[in-house]
Amino acid sequence: MSISRKPWLWSFVAALVVFVITIAATAGASTGGVMQAALTFAAISIIVGTGQMFVITLGPGNIDLAVPATMTLAATLALKYMDGVAVLIVPGLLIALGIGVAIGVLNYALIKLLRIPPIIATLAMSFVIQSTAIATNRGLRIKPPQMLADFTTGSLLGLPNLAWVALLVTVAAWLLLNRTVYGRWVPAIGQSIAAARMAGVPVDGVRLATYVLCAVLAAIAGYLMASFSGGAALDMGKEYLLMSIAVVVIGGSSVAGGDSNVPGIWGASLFMYLVVTMLNTYGLQSGARQIFTGIIIITVILVASGRRRAS
Amino acid sequence: MRLSSDALRLILPVLALAVLLGTVFWLRPNTMGYTGLHLLFKLALPIALATLSQMVILAVNDIDLSTGPFVSFVTCVTATFLVDTPALGVLILLAAIAAYAALGMIIAWRQLPAIVVTLGMSFVWSGLAVLMLPSPGGTAPAWIAALTGWRPPLVPFGVLSTVVVMVLAHLLIMRSTLGVLIRGIGGNERSVARAGWSVLRARGIAYAIAGAFGVLSGMSLTGIMTSGDANMAVNYTLLSIAGAILGGCEFMGGKVSPIGAVFGAATLLLATSVFTFLRVPPDWQIGAQGMILIAVLALRIALGRGEASR
Repeated sequence: MSISRKPWLWSFVAALVVFVITIAATAGASTGGVMQAALTFAAISIIVGTGQMFVITLGPGNIDLAVPATMTLAATLALKYMDGVAVLIVPGLLIALGIGVAIGVLNYALIKLLRIPPIIATLAMSFVIQSTAIATNRGLRIKPPQMLADFTTGSLLGLPNLAWVALLVTVAAWLLLNRTVYGRWVPAIGQSIAAARMAGVPVDGVRLATYVLCAVLAAIAGYLMASFSGGAALDMGKEYLLMSIAVVVIGGSSVAGGDSNVPGIWGASLFMYLVVTMLNTYGLQSGARQIFTGIIIITVILVASGRRRAS
Repeated sequence: MRLSSDALRLILPVLALAVLLGTVFWLRPNTMGYTGLHLLFKLALPIALATLSQMVILAVNDIDLSTGPFVSFVTCVTATFLVDTPALGVLILLAAIAAYAALGMIIAWRQLPAIVVTLGMSFVWSGLAVLMLPSPGGTAPAWIAALTGWRPPLVPFGVLSTVVVMVLAHLLIMRSTLGVLIRGIGGNERSVARAGWSVLRARGIAYAIAGAFGVLSGMSLTGIMTSGDANMAVNYTLLSIAGAILGGCEFMGGKVSPIGAVFGAATLLLATSVFTFLRVPPDWQIGAQGMILIAVLALRIALGRGEASR
């Protein structure tokens, strides 16, 4: 019973199992390397996934499809502005954050004013954002300032810096969700928007704040990822649309909303990355890797539904 | 003036397409002929079929995130197996439809969120496609190429075939018992079950129909492009959702319209040409599609203000 109340545990168990299988293939030769790489790449999924989790918790139909486009635009504009100059690192970050805020506000404005489902509003928005990114990027790959590149690829106390940032985001998200009124309002809206409204929850304000939060986190993730990989690319956010949804679901949050799970995102993100590493280690082609990834997502949701029934 | 919601659902997509078509004719009068229409609506059939596939899933209150990868997967099967070993190719495509049906039944049986299941399937389909065709290639089977390359008198194939598909889909979804049953699940699943129908079976059938539309979309796309590619139709997922919504379909309540969906798909397709003729830089074309989507939805709100205040 105590385990069933901690759904996040499963994603960690799964990640651990996959980790052990991977290490077994190389007879322990690459333990440290695999772990470092996993933490670095999982960090981006964690940051993006945390934002998506808040949105999904708002209830059925709430999903932000503009996440990849937001990542791309924030990274493109920030790197273009910084142009490799170290002094501009902070203003560059502020630009990325500003883009996140603007996109979040626009997203919710569409949802509210046009009374259309969030999935379509953010989809339409993502088309517009993507075009803006294409128009400003023009295929140029501007390098990030050296200092920023060093920060994103470096590590502290044996943990990659990106993982520290992700940890910071996670702790903040957990506090926000469990220790603030806002954190009570979000799942309340997800469980019943009508009841929340009756109870005096400022529904519109909370939903607006949540969409802004998600876009800001996506912008931060884009900024960091572009700095890590030596420049913004137009398709850099592509895989994070599906990934951000997948880590939320595997991490034990309810897809129907109203119930979120912050630590689970770590387990799920590590798991998703380690699965790819494991299949790579065992020499599987990219096609086979994708098939496994898909089967795993479906299996997880099947198992999760069985658990919900049992309890 | 107040319009019924059903009429509204149809008027807007038809109007949107008419406005766009009028703009094209005004900008480039020489497109008004047979060849012009042929070029404008060359890709209409696969896009319309993919949108219909998405629409059937929307009708049962689900959403399919795997439409694009699935259509790409079908192009790979069509360009390889269906050419070399037709019997095996047909078998694979039938198995793919059966897989869709099975998904629908599993979703109904375990009460799973379709968005996550189809998310998982999107990886599976594109994985299978990459295994079959690591790089674009293959050839279209002669009979499909002959069909999509056919030049019927008076009306180009792209327009003719899309209209035929639209009418058939309308009869199937809006006029047949099966269609009513499927939309009924979207409207009120419990009352359908109370009336003695098997919800499990009905959802399976709905998914099978969606799979069949997806297969037809991929086959026709292969015919038009004369090859297969694991990435050929990746943007069909978002395009099909946008087209269906543009066409007046709704996410909840089984409210769909095959005619609207086809018009919505055609509108998005035509939008690209309009932007090219208007000299909109290619960079802004995707964004302009988003703008059209927003504009039409805004118009729907403006027109439906009377009845939408529920």
